[in-house]
Amino acid sequence: MTEAAPRLMTFPTARERPFDPPDELGRWQEETPVRRMTYPDGHEGWVVTGYAEARAILADPRFSTRPELLHSPFPQRPIRQEDLDRLPPGFFIRMDPPDHTRFRKLLTGQFTVRRMKLLEPRIAEIVADHLDTMERMGPPVDLVSSFALPIPSLVICELLGVPYGDRERFQRDSATLLNLETPVEESRAALDDLFDYLHDLVLRKKREPEDDLLSGLISADELTDREIAGMGLLLLIAGHETTANMLGLGTFALLTTPAQLAVMRDDPDSVENAVEELMRYLTVIHFGLIRAALEDVEIGDHLIHAGDSVLLSVPLANRDPERFADPTVLDVTRSAHGHLAFGHGVHQCLGQQLARAEMRIAYPALLRRFPGLRLAVPPEEVPMRTAMAIYGVHRLPVAW
Amino acid sequence: MKINADTGRCVGAGMCALTVPGVFDQSDDDGTVVLLDPEPAESLREAVEQAVRLCPSGALSITP
Ligand code: SF4
Repeated sequence: MTEAAPRLMTFPTARERPFDPPDELGRWQEETPVRRMTYPDGHEGWVVTGYAEARAILADPRFSTRPELLHSPFPQRPIRQEDLDRLPPGFFIRMDPPDHTRFRKLLTGQFTVRRMKLLEPRIAEIVADHLDTMERMGPPVDLVSSFALPIPSLVICELLGVPYGDRERFQRDSATLLNLETPVEESRAALDDLFDYLHDLVLRKKREPEDDLLSGLISADELTDREIAGMGLLLLIAGHETTANMLGLGTFALLTTPAQLAVMRDDPDSVENAVEELMRYLTVIHFGLIRAALEDVEIGDHLIHAGDSVLLSVPLANRDPERFADPTVLDVTRSAHGHLAFGHGVHQCLGQQLARAEMRIAYPALLRRFPGLRLAVPPEEVPMRTAMAIYGVHRLPVAW
Repeated sequence: MKINADTGRCVGAGMCALTVPGVFDQSDDDGTVVLLDPEPAESLREAVEQAVRLCPSGALSITP
């Protein structure tokens, strides 16, 4: 059992290259998959960069995700009591079982593989519409605002039953909320605004139910209006920002590796593996996930004490050479199944089959519509979302 | 090969239904796993083992 003294280190977030996690993190991984780290508030916690260890912790009920138990490893974003008191009800990603189970089970029926298959024609239609618009506008076009962002946004709004005309408000509020550099006051205001909007929408749908997810939750009659609004908030943010960034960043990565792009464009059978590989290689939840030990737990030859916070660096776990050969290479033909980009354990992404469907449709449609797709600026001029909770590109000017 | 599915543990992530659609499905109610074929042909073993590995909640197991 090793119990080396913790070393004060700041968790590195600055990248040397756009698609690779910080080199410093890679060095940590080479040293040991599980290491101690002193958090900015003085807490002596841990950071995990190994695949097997991260997967084990995510699947282990002895690790909690309740925010009041966690220490934040990020100096920009301490966890404050006042913020916890303001978490909307129904925000189940911040709960442990059995509370988590109660909320999650109400939703899982709406996100099954079969139901997502039924959505595919609608997704394909939305994708084609946006490609038509791009074609009409002519190059250069910002792929983020014309393709990557509006598509998932429209899909999740349709699923939830959010009227189309209200979506600009969502994009603005959720971008404010997920930016680590947003002043606390502003991010609270954005959260409150979104919550109030959804609460009103729930009341409206109570009077006039429609065929959508929010109406379904209302008729299940198991949740309060505020809980339904909180769940809606969670789904909107989660379904919006993550897929959008995968589409933007993924296209950027493909444009810088033309051979990989050609495989994905020309071979329809490659798309399934390619999407998993892009998720593994890019891992847009780039700061990772945090858990707190509820009791003493042995992980490898380390003893994690009850109360310790653990930061799981998912990008590094997904590039663990013990699990993936040549992990720093983007190879769309490999099988990257089992990557942790959707998390693992009871919190594994609920919307993952929706995200997969969107990516499996959107990437090849884009690449086939514009076979000559290229960057309209030098790669080093593409602005990266370094400070955002979800990594990606702010803009991606493309031409064809 | 016999598959055991614990719907109490299942979190409805659908990895099983995605991996071996003929063997696993999900209930419309709460998305938990439904075994379409609890004793699938030996030829499906590799795929079923993959589904068991990918399941995030440890709800699936195989008895030989
Ligand atoms: S993969 Fe596991 S958690 Fe997901 S639906 Fe199948 S049994 Fe349930």
